[in-house]
Amino acid sequence: MSKIHISATVNGDPVEFLTEAGVTLLDALRDELALTGSKEGCGSGDCGACSVILDGRLTCSCLILAAEAQGRRIETIEGMARGGELHPLQQKFLDHAALQCGFCTPGLLIAAKALLDANPDPTETETRYWLAGNLCRCTGYDKVIRAVMDAAAELRQVRAA
Amino acid sequence: MSDAPTKNRPDTAALKVIGTRPVRPDGVDKVTGRAAYGADFRAPGMLTGRVKRSPHAHARIVSIDTRKARALAGVKAIVTAADFPDLASQEYEAGESASNLRDLAMNVMARNKVLYQGHPVAAVAAVSASIAEAAVALIEVTYETLPHVIDVEAAMAPDAPLLHSHLFTEGVSPRPASPSNIAKRHLFVRGDVDAALAAAEVVIDRRYTTQAVHQGYIEPHACVAEMAADGQCQVWSSSQGQFMVRTYCAKVLGIEISDIRVTPAEIGGGFGGKTTVYLEPLALALSRQSGAPVKMVMTREEVFTATGPTSGSVMHVRLGATREGRITAADVELKFQAGAFPGSPAGAASMTAIACYDVADFRVVGWDVVTNSPKVAAYRAPGAPIAAFAVESAIEELAQQLGLDPIAIRRLNGVRDGMKAAYGPTFENIGFMETLDAIESHPHYKAPLGPNQGRGVAVGFWFNIGGESSAAVHLSEDGGAVVATGSPDIGGSRASMAMMAAEVLGLPVERVRPIVADTASIGFTGLTGGSRTTFATGMAVVQAAEKVIEELKRRAALIWDVPVETVTWEAGAAIGPLDPKGGARRLDLDTLAAQSGRTGGPISAEVSLNAQGAGPGFGAHICDVEVDPETGQVTVLRYTAAQDVGRAIHPSYVEGQVQGGVAQGVGWALNEEYVFDVDGRMENAGFLDYRVPVASDLPMIDAVLVEVPNPRHPFGAKGVGEVPIVPPLAAVANAVRAATGVRLDDLPLSPPKIRAALQKG
Repeated sequence: MSKIHISATVNGDPVEFLTEAGVTLLDALRDELALTGSKEGCGSGDCGACSVILDGRLTCSCLILAAEAQGRRIETIEGMARGGELHPLQQKFLDHAALQCGFCTPGLLIAAKALLDANPDPTETETRYWLAGNLCRCTGYDKVIRAVMDAAAELRQVRAA
Repeated sequence: MSDAPTKNRPDTAALKVIGTRPVRPDGVDKVTGRAAYGADFRAPGMLTGRVKRSPHAHARIVSIDTRKARALAGVKAIVTAADFPDLASQEYEAGESASNLRDLAMNVMARNKVLYQGHPVAAVAAVSASIAEAAVALIEVTYETLPHVIDVEAAMAPDAPLLHSHLFTEGVSPRPASPSNIAKRHLFVRGDVDAALAAAEVVIDRRYTTQAVHQGYIEPHACVAEMAADGQCQVWSSSQGQFMVRTYCAKVLGIEISDIRVTPAEIGGGFGGKTTVYLEPLALALSRQSGAPVKMVMTREEVFTATGPTSGSVMHVRLGATREGRITAADVELKFQAGAFPGSPAGAASMTAIACYDVADFRVVGWDVVTNSPKVAAYRAPGAPIAAFAVESAIEELAQQLGLDPIAIRRLNGVRDGMKAAYGPTFENIGFMETLDAIESHPHYKAPLGPNQGRGVAVGFWFNIGGESSAAVHLSEDGGAVVATGSPDIGGSRASMAMMAAEVLGLPVERVRPIVADTASIGFTGLTGGSRTTFATGMAVVQAAEKVIEELKRRAALIWDVPVETVTWEAGAAIGPLDPKGGARRLDLDTLAAQSGRTGGPISAEVSLNAQGAGPGFGAHICDVEVDPETGQVTVLRYTAAQDVGRAIHPSYVEGQVQGGVAQGVGWALNEEYVFDVDGRMENAGFLDYRVPVASDLPMIDAVLVEVPNPRHPFGAKGVGEVPIVPPLAAVANAVRAATGVRLDDLPLSPPKIRAALQKG
């Protein structure tokens, strides 16, 4: 099977890779680019562990073909901390103990970032519904929701300052 | 239990680290995507493995033809049952659950018969995933299909399709003359329950049913395995116990345990479901044949159809009581699906069923029944939530009949220190009454309820275990420390290990770095399961740290040239007798560590122990729901869970255990179930149709930590991870009944079922 050449932007950097027609963006990120922070929990878009931001839009990378990434901008968990400094969401997840096994955490953080990018002041209900596409089996979501709301508050303060 | 040195133990009234909430040591790895889980590992030259699985619930394997698959370019190995030894029946103890090694091997790879849809019949390794998948499709298996049985009572019937011709019911006498699907009867009796029921002023008599549910960890099973030409094996896998993986692989493959080294990956949830092996022996067999490392990762559909779940059940409860609400008799029968091989949690369910109560006369019977569904695996307090659903529902009904407050009836009958538990031992240092006090005084209990809303209360018990653990503490030359244990960190245990070591050593927690070591680098350690890690492995960590302090005192004595008995350890420093000029003698840990090369060499200690004295755990929950009378949809409005945790080492992660257990229990109560079609194939093997709770399904969950210390743990810890899933099934069901006024005794309480019940009235 001949392979397809893809050029895209991942976490701000240009990347190139070869892929087969049936390969998902998730598998290409993990296997071709060694970005294993995005996880496969279901392969059917139900768990959100593979969440990435594709051209500004929250997306399950298991539902996108790698070939569709040509020329597009992808943000993954590996690009969330900048220069060794954690994103406020990452720091709040740590401060609130909003993770146990940590497997769903990259997807939850990406989804939460997409939420706060779009809505800096979400209510608890808005936060719960936005994150309803990200399954977490460990935490019962309590501390996750608190961490996201707290990060939102901190980001609003930073923006206001 | 080894004799614990206690003289270096900090005064619990002056704890500096225990009870605080530091950032977990592995936190940054887990919020940045750096943490490596089972599927994240790669080995040079590795192949991709795939499994050929049975499409039938029950069938004889007539033939397996692998010739076409082998001829496919890029296929490097194909294995079937013929590539594994045909093991004799042998029980093997592993923490909470014993496994029969022959059953384990036959579950890993079917031999002669397939017993459930998804049962492996062959495995393939190839140079790419697409070639491996094509090869799986080319393997031709001829089956002779057999009648199947999944319903537990149907499987117990005398004319039921028989799964195993060698299975004769254990625990009954005389031994049955013919085989059946009933693997075992568990029986716990005290007094004369029939007479007590006949004499009772009030009798509740109810039947309850639950469906099989999956642990639902988000990370599918995954491993990389390699067998070298000299037979030495390496396995990297996500599991609840690297030593369990090592033993089971050795047994299934017929090789030496010491020829296998297992490195634990980060584990993406387990809840009991990763206390056995599925892929690892297949990957090793494929590597043996191909000479290359083999990576295998399950799909979600494979996880649902071929791993886990826990039992579906049919239960019958009869309670006898006085008019004042004192329970005098309990007659409980539990029929549990085991799946394809014996080993349902019917035994644990029988032992826990009435463990919260002091009942003079009782009979608890548990039936372990094989069915044509995936072999059940442990699921968080195995069996206890199921039995508690039945018993706590019946107690709620008793309270209603007698007009008693649900907390009052539990206080009236609840166990206290000094009482003999229904399952045998005498309770000591338990905090059951304290958890009842905690929910009764919580504002939730008096919060007003609106129309179509209802409140439910339920309690739960779990044994918690200790067992075999190893830990090592190594001091660095600069006075920091590394703590190595054999316990996979499934929910934050690295934090509690580091905190306990830091507390003993007198170090800031940031200077203690915990790791989870591979099987060649630390002594044997049992599974992360049974709520045992913080208790048992924590005890090993504390004792190793105490041995390090003994050594530090010896080194200080050497430097000062004083008898070691005159040296004490206080707040991270050795204190000696006054020097000849009357000056104080003090050497801190950093100084002693820096001088260790000149005073006898590196300072480290390892402790291996078999911890006894795990304190049993109790929880008391309140749940408020609102039921939409038009759709039957249940919304959980408020949830409060009080639990006796002994002492919370890291309260945030203890709360997290409670909240997570509640969420799983709510899913079990309201939505989750295995649905099979008429041919015994699972119809909802994906997260869209098997619906676990999502963020918008739940409110905040108030975890109230009650601390009645366990004197057998250095800091008073009790296990906490399992208790919180025990009460929610009944708490939710009791709330739904209160909201609707309708008895609903069949889980899950899904909208169609509630709607139908409401229409029936």
